[in-house]
Amino acid sequence: MSKTSRTLVTMPATARKDEIIEIRIIVQHDMETGFRHSEQGVRIERDIIREFICTYNGVEVFRADLHPAIAANPMITFTTLATESGTLEFNWKGDNDYASSATSKLTVT
Amino acid sequence: MIVKFLKQLVFLFALLSALGVSFADPTGQDRQSSYVLMSGQTQAMQNDPAQNPATFWVLDGQTLWQTPAGKSNKSCAQCHGQAEQSMKGVAASFPRLVDNKLLNLEAQINQCRTERQQAAPFAHESKDSLSIAAYVATQSKGMPITIVESPALDKHLQAGRQLFEQRMGQLNLSCAQCHAERSGLKLAGNVIPQAHPTGYPIYRLEWQTVGSLERRLRNCMTGVRAEPYMFDSREIVDLELYLMWRARGMLVETPAVRP
Amino acid sequence: MSTNRRAFIAMTAAAGLAPLFSAQATEAEAAQAIKQIVGAAKIRTGRVDVEIPPLVENGNSVVMKVAVDSPMTQNDFVRAIHIVAEGNPLPNVVSFQLSHRSGRAAVTTRIRLNDSQRIWAIAQMSDGSFWQGHAATLVTLAACTEV
Repeated sequence: MSKTSRTLVTMPATARKDEIIEIRIIVQHDMETGFRHSEQGVRIERDIIREFICTYNGVEVFRADLHPAIAANPMITFTTLATESGTLEFNWKGDNDYASSATSKLTVT
Repeated sequence: MIVKFLKQLVFLFALLSALGVSFADPTGQDRQSSYVLMSGQTQAMQNDPAQNPATFWVLDGQTLWQTPAGKSNKSCAQCHGQAEQSMKGVAASFPRLVDNKLLNLEAQINQCRTERQQAAPFAHESKDSLSIAAYVATQSKGMPITIVESPALDKHLQAGRQLFEQRMGQLNLSCAQCHAERSGLKLAGNVIPQAHPTGYPIYRLEWQTVGSLERRLRNCMTGVRAEPYMFDSREIVDLELYLMWRARGMLVETPAVRP
Repeated sequence: MSTNRRAFIAMTAAAGLAPLFSAQATEAEAAQAIKQIVGAAKIRTGRVDVEIPPLVENGNSVVMKVAVDSPMTQNDFVRAIHIVAEGNPLPNVVSFQLSHRSGRAAVTTRIRLNDSQRIWAIAQMSDGSFWQGHAATLVTLAACTEV
């Protein structure tokens, strides 16, 4: 059974061909480092998002491999060329079967 | 180290007092939200819902608002309709006297849960509690904090003010000594804020999550090495009331971000 | 419960683990992590710009922007940017994989910093070369934590 959480994608809906568009993604996740201890002194297990992949009409255009040093509720801002109209897909994977996804349509003129 | 620094401050205070400079609690236009003390990046994090993690709690709260709960199988929406209308200005006027009992927003929500929805109350600082409180409080965003006084409320206000001004903890400091008298001065590299609760429930970078004003006040008390007031205690709600009254007229920023 | 560095080090010191988490050790670990990224290749300094506030408001969430000077064309682009922190318990922070379709080699994210330290960005170019840049920052403990 996979865990999931809310995501937010910010990017334009339209762009001119070969324009550089900025994409901002943020996902709700504690990013438990594995270095914290409970009040009883028991170490809290690592539980983080490990991977974020953005595909553009099925082609991977950006990937991030995350480690515990990424802040909680990870936010990444990156860019891509608006090559053609279509769908951008965003996928997050992490510990304990965590998986979230989002999509966004882009019209390129 | 903090004690040594504060001893220096006390000396400075005595010196400046002798020179006729007084350290009074900023009032009226001299009050400012600790928003202005933050870096541009953290301000941007608060301003932009796409960068503010608290947005997720607000969205969760929006879902909770529509979700039937308890034996009544009623949602908040069934009694209160659209939160954008019915909850406008509500959070800006809490804590409030309800049936002669002083309740903060979270306690009022729990009263609805138990008495109207016949559902279990939300646990303190739980995701559900904070989500619904954030959703309700954000409906007051941009509105001035308004505490309606009455003889009954004034008793709580006086009690809250007394707590604000009394020394506590191993460091033997009162809230007023730092936040009223020395706001704007520095403590260990940080500028001391005036401590106006304009943005609660708040996303605190130190917590890496959203939390309530009660949680923050308990942190303050740990900071002066005092035994923190319990959640829902008479003292903590009186103190919340005093702080909101002290911030009356200032605009609600919920959901705010603070270091 | 907050990630209080002082409390954490006190706890590990009590467990006899203090030497494992001193700043000295992590600088060596960071160098090792960078070596694992570049292998035997030479790293040139330049073209990589790391932007971090010189004094962070809170080590739990620090905005970091990394930008690499590159035309980002089919034949000349940044393949990857690896971020390594010298003063964290673990040196690796994040690795970004870009492509010639990225438009710009510029990524912004929010990272956790345990202590005052240098943060390194290693850029891997399409021609196989490695370039590095870094930024130093001061991290203090927050006032009024929970522990």
